[in-house]
Amino acid sequence: MLRMIKDKWVMAVLAVIVIVSFISVDYSMLSSISWDLARGVFSGLLKPEWSYFYDGSGEDVFSLLILTLGIGFLGTFFASIIAVPVGILSAQNLWKNGGVISRVAKIILSVLRAFPELIYAIIFVKVVGPGPFAGVLAIATHQIGMLGKLFAEEMEAIDFGPVEAMESVGAGFLQTLFFARIPQVLAIFASLIVNHFEIAVRSASTLGLVGAGGIGAPLIFAIQARNWGRVSIILLGVIVTVFVIDTFAAMLRKRLK
Amino acid sequence: MKLKDTVHYKLPKQIMTTLLVLVLVSACISLTDASLFELLGNLDQMVLFLKRFMQPDFSYVPQLINPVIKTIQMSIVGTVLGTAFAIPFAFLATKFATENNIFSQIIRFLLGIVRTVPNLLLAALFVAIIGIGEVTGILTIAVFTFGMVSQLIYESIETIDLGPIEATKSIGASRLQTAGWAIFPQVLPSIISYAIYAVEVNVRASTILGYVGAGGIGVLLSTALAQDRYDRVSVIIIIILAIVFLCDAISESLRKKVM
Repeated sequence: MLRMIKDKWVMAVLAVIVIVSFISVDYSMLSSISWDLARGVFSGLLKPEWSYFYDGSGEDVFSLLILTLGIGFLGTFFASIIAVPVGILSAQNLWKNGGVISRVAKIILSVLRAFPELIYAIIFVKVVGPGPFAGVLAIATHQIGMLGKLFAEEMEAIDFGPVEAMESVGAGFLQTLFFARIPQVLAIFASLIVNHFEIAVRSASTLGLVGAGGIGAPLIFAIQARNWGRVSIILLGVIVTVFVIDTFAAMLRKRLK
Repeated sequence: MKLKDTVHYKLPKQIMTTLLVLVLVSACISLTDASLFELLGNLDQMVLFLKRFMQPDFSYVPQLINPVIKTIQMSIVGTVLGTAFAIPFAFLATKFATENNIFSQIIRFLLGIVRTVPNLLLAALFVAIIGIGEVTGILTIAVFTFGMVSQLIYESIETIDLGPIEATKSIGASRLQTAGWAIFPQVLPSIISYAIYAVEVNVRASTILGYVGAGGIGVLLSTALAQDRYDRVSVIIIIILAIVFLCDAISESLRKKVM
């Protein structure tokens, strides 16, 4: 059965690492689990607090979900506005000699991408104060890195025929950029942006944990207060929203292709 | 080139789309209290923050070694557990193994629900139930991996060679035997490759999971932030970046070896 795996020693080393990891975990806290508590949690989760879904106060699940969607949308929007030019500039094949600009842009993008959104959220909460705007900035900053990289990859994979054809009749850099390169990638860019809106909504639902607005904050309060009925309705809201957005985005992406 | 040469029949549709996006953007701006002035007005705050950030306290590094190892361990154990549970469910989610499309679709729907719960929320939930520690992180990672890997596995099961399945069936094998002897050997290399990829994703995630108390280096990050020790925060972030880069590189070369 393992014939299909080329390197047997790699598998052996992996197996040893896995076994050592399993042995060295501190399992002592497992014995302190209170099963009564766990049972309480599950029975609470099965009884969502429906009244909290919408009570008109602006602090209910429905309003906060809308706010979460808003954070995700605006974050992706700002990220796209910046990532499109940066991504295009960082495509290697755009530059004939050397490509210093491309290399610098790629380094900037990979640094932006490397920090998780939560870290940006923590930073922006300190800068602009707690609130949804900090979440928007956190998502935008992280997604510039992710979208920029994907945009650059798409630009590098274009068909060169139209570019060469235009150049042979004397078109300049900007003319080939706007009439041969960009038209080829627009549809894919749009599809990637929709896909990242989906990702942004997911992260926006967690950024509230550090005070960056959205549904995360009331969730963490409800968990700390052990108000499981409320936790249940919030989780239900998040799951349904993410599910709907995923389905909607998949439909939209199919039409974009 | 004149303007009318570039304008084409899709123009009304594009104008409508642009308007829709602009309306949504302005609605979202008022909804989230976004203001450029607030951002620019607080730029001195940002500069101050970055200035403190630029003085990492490298003497703190030795204290980080143990949590880093714990973080990686948590990811490995969580991934192995999650993948182990994902395999049978992935089989149930394909009609090759169940021969019942409706049942498979139901399993897929349930797996889809597991995937939609953001892992930080899962961690917060488990911290409340079990308490603060490594096991909480492992459980979170296991559930998260379960959702992610099961989808990857059932998608790869659907692309396998059907010959061996027909061969085992023609000699009267049961469904379990077909799954074990005709399907599993074909997808095993992909499963191992997905598991390695999942470890990479999970190491990234587990550095953050600690923030809500699920063990690992994130716990130190949240403590350092609470104490305003930015010299430590920046060291921790540098270490996280180093682990993430290292894991990416190792995982990529390992996956090439396995496939």
